[in-house]
Amino acid sequence: MRGVAIIGIGCTKVGEHWDKSLRDLAVEASLRAMEDAGLYDADYVLVGNMMSGYLQNQEHLGALVADSLGLQGAGAAKVEAACASGGMAVHMGCQLIASGAADSVLVVGAEKMTDATTPEVTKALAMAEDQEYSAYTGASFIGLNALVARAYMKAYGVEPEDMALFSVICHKHALDNEFAQFRFPITVEAVMNSPIVADPLHLLECAGIGDGAAAVLLASLDGARKIADAPVELLASTVSTDKFSLHQRDDLTSFKAARASAEAAFRRAGLRAEDIDVLEVHDASSALGLIALEDLGFAERGKAAELIRDGGIEIGGRIPTNTFGGLKARGHPVGATGVYQIVELTRQLRGEAGKNQVGGAERGYAQNIGGAGTTITAHILGRVD
Amino acid sequence: MSVPNYLREAPRRQRMEGTRCKGCGAIHFPPRAVCDRCGGRDLEREELSGTGELVAYTVIMYPPKGFENQAPYAIGIVQLKEGVRILSQIADCDPMELREGMRVEIVIRRIREDGGFIEYGYKFRPV
Ligand SMILES: [Zn+2]
Repeated sequence: MRGVAIIGIGCTKVGEHWDKSLRDLAVEASLRAMEDAGLYDADYVLVGNMMSGYLQNQEHLGALVADSLGLQGAGAAKVEAACASGGMAVHMGCQLIASGAADSVLVVGAEKMTDATTPEVTKALAMAEDQEYSAYTGASFIGLNALVARAYMKAYGVEPEDMALFSVICHKHALDNEFAQFRFPITVEAVMNSPIVADPLHLLECAGIGDGAAAVLLASLDGARKIADAPVELLASTVSTDKFSLHQRDDLTSFKAARASAEAAFRRAGLRAEDIDVLEVHDASSALGLIALEDLGFAERGKAAELIRDGGIEIGGRIPTNTFGGLKARGHPVGATGVYQIVELTRQLRGEAGKNQVGGAERGYAQNIGGAGTTITAHILGRVD
Repeated sequence: MSVPNYLREAPRRQRMEGTRCKGCGAIHFPPRAVCDRCGGRDLEREELSGTGELVAYTVIMYPPKGFENQAPYAIGIVQLKEGVRILSQIADCDPMELREGMRVEIVIRRIREDGGFIEYGYKFRPV
């Protein structure tokens, strides 16, 4: 297996891009990544996206984006795994490079959500769930998050304010991220006073609706050394799945796929949680942020709230987390999110994170979740010296 | 949901038809072709009791398309007597009075109106 490296990164701001189509967003992020790499070519184009079929009536995104970039002839496909579509696209890209099937792969995650009404988007997001036995009940995706949050709070005596603090820190980190959707500070009190979306979760602790695209250009590690000034290596790329529906699992307070993908990734990279300097987790709601810290080994079971209260996930803390705002504040353009995480970790490892820079960051970890803990990807990135 | 799909799902929606693994005795809902406990493929149909207890619940304030005129409504995970867990709306209740461990039973109700026809299926209500 060949080593895999990131030689270019690019993204759009997350937000309401009424003047840009899904294609425009994907092209903008891709061109930035190729410009960053100084290489306008790719053997493969993989597009991470969840909802284009329903929201844009557009499928076949692989060839659509490849053609728009002038890359006719490249292999191309859409990669879909609900909210983990982006992480899964990066994972598939890694397989193509590692196996030698491709020397360069453009992975672009893109989602266009704001042309539809909130009930339409809520229905589209619920397509991640079993249509005949979950979505059928009227469960929203945040509703399933709420079941997890309630079980977690009850199991460990976690207070709503403890969970809200996670989202407050995400907002703080987004202040200096020019690509973030929500660049304003919030307080725990503001979260608690915001409307309930699905009890116990409030509006200000749930990821919102936004458009955006992020791209990475992958190459073999040996090839990357010739092209890029500062390549970042993908030390591990893993994925694990669980029983499809949340309600089929005995434990609602931890995700088996998170633990399994993390264990495999750490083994592959020959590292432990203590070796990670910067972390990106999938905080579709505040509760998932806390659970991720525990599932990935950064806090003991039931103790994530302590880590957060002690400043542990802030820049300068023990394990700086979601340093550009995470899903909550950078924004969650669903199929793009997993690629945004890789772009952001790469900025950290290159020392290009500006005011959000984690000093001496050498290794980063990204967790991307599809469905209610159903498909989970893990990526560990390392600086190449 | 399409009419053919509605008709196909009726045994599950209206009678809680699941499967039992002849190898290990595990019960499944919805019916499976492969046992999720032992991997066995020798399964038989079994109608479930429709009674159990509430494991977790929430109240949906922002519903998906198709459920707008029902909100707010409670959904919950119900563990049936047989040990199987299912997701369901919790009907006939004041959501403020729901509690984990509360006993619930199946009731056949209108699920939604979609494209001019009315879907019926299971919900659960406190006993
Ligand atoms: Zn069995």
